[in-house]
Amino acid sequence: MITPAAIVAAASSAALVILGLALILTVWRVVAGPTLPDRILALDMLTGISIGLIAVIAVKTGFSLYIDIAISLGLVGFLATVAFARFVLSRGNFKSPAPPAKAGAKRRHAGGKK
Amino acid sequence: MMIDYILAAIVAVLLIAGALFALSAAIGLVRLPDLYTRMHAASKVGTVGSGLLLLAAGLYSQELAVLARAIAGFVFLLLTAPVSAHLLARAAHLCGYALGAVSVRDDMRKR
Repeated sequence: MITPAAIVAAASSAALVILGLALILTVWRVVAGPTLPDRILALDMLTGISIGLIAVIAVKTGFSLYIDIAISLGLVGFLATVAFARFVLSRGNFKSPAPPAKAGAKRRHAGGKK
Repeated sequence: MMIDYILAAIVAVLLIAGALFALSAAIGLVRLPDLYTRMHAASKVGTVGSGLLLLAAGLYSQELAVLARAIAGFVFLLLTAPVSAHLLARAAHLCGYALGAVSVRDDMRKR
């Protein structure tokens, strides 16, 4: 006979594995993201995934106090993203890659320069 | 006795669904071509993913106070994710970060 606790334990273990995969993919975007806003967006997504991770750990351990930690992490993540957006706005853009098709055309034109 | 199984099944479905939503948001973040389409994946799908997981944690505790806090956290996420995504997109567009090559029109471009 499968108990309800066993069902939830199995589901939360599976959710932990899936969230770990999502975390790895998002970290890849943080590392590889071509521009600064890409990295900021991936960091925002990272806090979202860790909120979910904390909720899964709250289910797994039975401590409902973890939900408060998740809420405060959401607040911190929101403020961090707003601050980063202001930073992007004030820093300006001095390394903007052109869209790939046009960049290829430009490179063909300026072939002698490089 | 039966109600425990129903609750466990609901919590399990919410957990798996939330985790899958988060995974699809991460796949979108990796696969989509430029910042603005990635923002579409990360802000909407990622919010739903973490919100479903919070809801599962609130339901599993079987306490009204914890469930109310989880729902408050979900509502907070729903309120802040569009704001932060819009701020970031607006800042990036004002600073001239280019749209991907697959984009067909840009209504915010200065004429």
